[in-house]
Amino acid sequence: MSNNIKLKKGLDLPISGAAALRCERTVIGDVVAVNPCQFRGLVPRLLVKEGDHVLCGSPVLSDKKCPQILFTSPVSGTVASVVRGEKRKLLEVLIRPDGKRECVDFGKKQVENLSAQEVRDALLESGLWPSFVQRPFGLLAGVDVTPDAIFVSAFHTAPLAADVDFTCKDSLKDIQTGINAVSKLAAKGVVVSYRKGGNSPLEKLENVQKFYFEGKHPAGNVGVQIHHLRPIGKGDIVWTISPMLLAAIGRLFNTGKLDLMRKVAVCGPAAMEPAYVNTLPGVKMSELQSFIGACPENVRIISGDVLSGTSVGFTGTLGLQDDQITILNEGNEYELFGWAKPIRCSQYSTSRTYFSWLTPWKKYDMDTNLHGGERAFVVSDVYGKVLPMDLFPVFLAKACLAGNIEDMEKYGIYEVLEEDLAVCEYVCPSKINIQAIITQGIDLMIKETL
Amino acid sequence: MNLRNIVDKVKPTFEKDGRMGFLHSTFDAFETFMFVPNTVTKKGSHVRDCVDIKRVMIIMVMALVPAFLFAIWNIGYQHSLAFGLDWGFWNMVGYGLVKIIPLYLVTYIVGLAIEFTSAQLRGHEVNEGYLVTGFILPLIVPVDVPLWMLAVATAFAVIIGKEVFGGTGMNIWNPALIARAFLFFSYPSSMSGDYAWIGGLQKASQGGTPWASGSGAIVDGFSGATPLANASMDGLAQHGYNFWNLFLGNVPGAVGETSAIAILLGACVIFFTGVASWKIMLSGVAGGLFVGWLGNLAGVTDIPCWYQLVMGGFLFGIVFMATDPVTSAQTECGKWIYGFLVGAICVVVRLFNPGYAEGMMLAILLMNTFAPLIDHYVIEGSIARRSRKKVKIA
Repeated sequence: MSNNIKLKKGLDLPISGAAALRCERTVIGDVVAVNPCQFRGLVPRLLVKEGDHVLCGSPVLSDKKCPQILFTSPVSGTVASVVRGEKRKLLEVLIRPDGKRECVDFGKKQVENLSAQEVRDALLESGLWPSFVQRPFGLLAGVDVTPDAIFVSAFHTAPLAADVDFTCKDSLKDIQTGINAVSKLAAKGVVVSYRKGGNSPLEKLENVQKFYFEGKHPAGNVGVQIHHLRPIGKGDIVWTISPMLLAAIGRLFNTGKLDLMRKVAVCGPAAMEPAYVNTLPGVKMSELQSFIGACPENVRIISGDVLSGTSVGFTGTLGLQDDQITILNEGNEYELFGWAKPIRCSQYSTSRTYFSWLTPWKKYDMDTNLHGGERAFVVSDVYGKVLPMDLFPVFLAKACLAGNIEDMEKYGIYEVLEEDLAVCEYVCPSKINIQAIITQGIDLMIKETL
Repeated sequence: MNLRNIVDKVKPTFEKDGRMGFLHSTFDAFETFMFVPNTVTKKGSHVRDCVDIKRVMIIMVMALVPAFLFAIWNIGYQHSLAFGLDWGFWNMVGYGLVKIIPLYLVTYIVGLAIEFTSAQLRGHEVNEGYLVTGFILPLIVPVDVPLWMLAVATAFAVIIGKEVFGGTGMNIWNPALIARAFLFFSYPSSMSGDYAWIGGLQKASQGGTPWASGSGAIVDGFSGATPLANASMDGLAQHGYNFWNLFLGNVPGAVGETSAIAILLGACVIFFTGVASWKIMLSGVAGGLFVGWLGNLAGVTDIPCWYQLVMGGFLFGIVFMATDPVTSAQTECGKWIYGFLVGAICVVVRLFNPGYAEGMMLAILLMNTFAPLIDHYVIEGSIARRSRKKVKIA
């Protein structure tokens, strides 16, 4: 059986503002947040109160449904405030670092000698358990679940995404330790997908099954890879994890300490001198002022990439799973006769109704303008041209809108997360919010079937 | 930008709670016609492709323009021929314009009025789909269709064919063809026969002189019959039709359907921009050729199969109406099947129903009805294949 998979469909967005491959600064800032809202369906229980002293690795929150799952502080310091929203919903816990980096000592461990249960306990205790994403539906991993396999994508294809080879090149040893540890948790071990011909340093990893993918975005999305390697059906469970968090797991066992420090690409058309920074999940975007410039109200700050990231705003924080911050100009301006102009040089379109296909080398300063009004599904084959999955996205979306569980199952709701269909949303001439529709479908599936 | 300032000034009047709030959708339609709105993405993907439905629709209209221009000339040419007028080019174009402009005025005024009203009632934005429907409709009717009939048919198509289903994107049948079917079954005497297809002929045959040309009697021996009505090689030859003038399109027929060259130009636009499916066009042509060939082989007709492509509304239907993305099959494999059947059924109707020579309208409407069924089986097949797909990891 071939380990090479070539995906013909996809779309590499020609957006300007790629981060330069240098990482000179470390950004932590005055406050760091622990944010429970980024996990689907999590109801958090608060374990600290304002003024408490916490160490790096001290539990701050736990999952109400499954109290073993802990969310720990990435820094040592004092709890500055607990931010709540409507109906007292817990939004984030702000921690003021003391600059000492005192860590809870979880103890160095020889991974080879550990049992699956010991690995599980160590990850739960240190707060690294939420590193796993459980499919279907993108949930927190169940503590008593044995997934069929754990999937890792060793390359990103998303627009302006961080270069995994660059961000992980110094932590190969830790990643190997992490893989050795987590492979004990899954029936078929760890599966890593590489870019074909990428010569990634990560190809040296052992104790994994290797596959090579070729193609445009979303070929680097782990969901697309799983679709081609092990299609998820009803009752199947697999986990996914990023190389960056595998490195954190490796460091936990190698040093006994929680260290979530990572290289993050700060990029985007509105970013000034885009580059990488060393930082922690939970860092405030306001600490990145030098990239954003003087007018933070005119830009959109996204934790993640432009297709599937979360708009967090100037006061928002970096997500646990994200190694990219994208800064875009808000496109809240009118354009005279935009759609009627024969040529629109400054705009990119995959559609040949414009002429940007004649200049494939050009990069565009994209902004957040919707470029039209929302309509019903009209053009039928645009999604299929960019989605390298054997699915029917329009039919899946319609099943989600109708709340028809049988149809959703049939059309493959188990196989997708929002990010996998983001590229369809980009090209849609009817400006339909596919990702929001898929979220609606997944929420219904969780409510009705789990 | 000054224009923008003016729009901004009047905009509050048309807001939902403003003085003219009842015209909100109408104002919005005109505003978004002039300006791409300043709306930014709220959910999901933060950047979006700059193509929108307006662009798709305007390209579709562009693709129709060659057929439209040819129609203007051909109306004049046919009239001049029928009445032995020996007109020059500009005379023909002038007569063509006089005949075609009222058709467009009627379809656009009636259709858009209903579209705007229904958008207003629902509080929706006005859909662009009617730009294309309204452009196609005058091209598929006989040039002398009474305007009030056209108005009634347009209203019927927009209301019953489209708006009751929820507007553009929700309809089951192609609205332009619904209008044509309505005309055909309600007023057959104005929609068929030998006198309907040439400007002025109907009126002249009833004893008067044709309006707007001041000419006299019909040329002796002129019949006005379309090529389809003479559907045998002898019949075609007798009226002086051969493959090349059918291909060029200087023959009687519905306003815009006669010229294969003009339609193929439009097909090129569609093919290069990808606004409609080339798969449907290609398989439709294949379907038509196949059944035409079978019919010829079996002796049902003595017309070679490639004549089927250039006679009547075959090409116009397969290029501009069978490919309507809303009412055709949605799956890629389904498009091949759907297109083939449209072409095949069209020629079947032509061969076996001498009473109604043009099969394209019925073929497309029939396949519109079955498109969801085709999609259903294509998807079921794909799902069955997927469930047999191998797990690659060990």
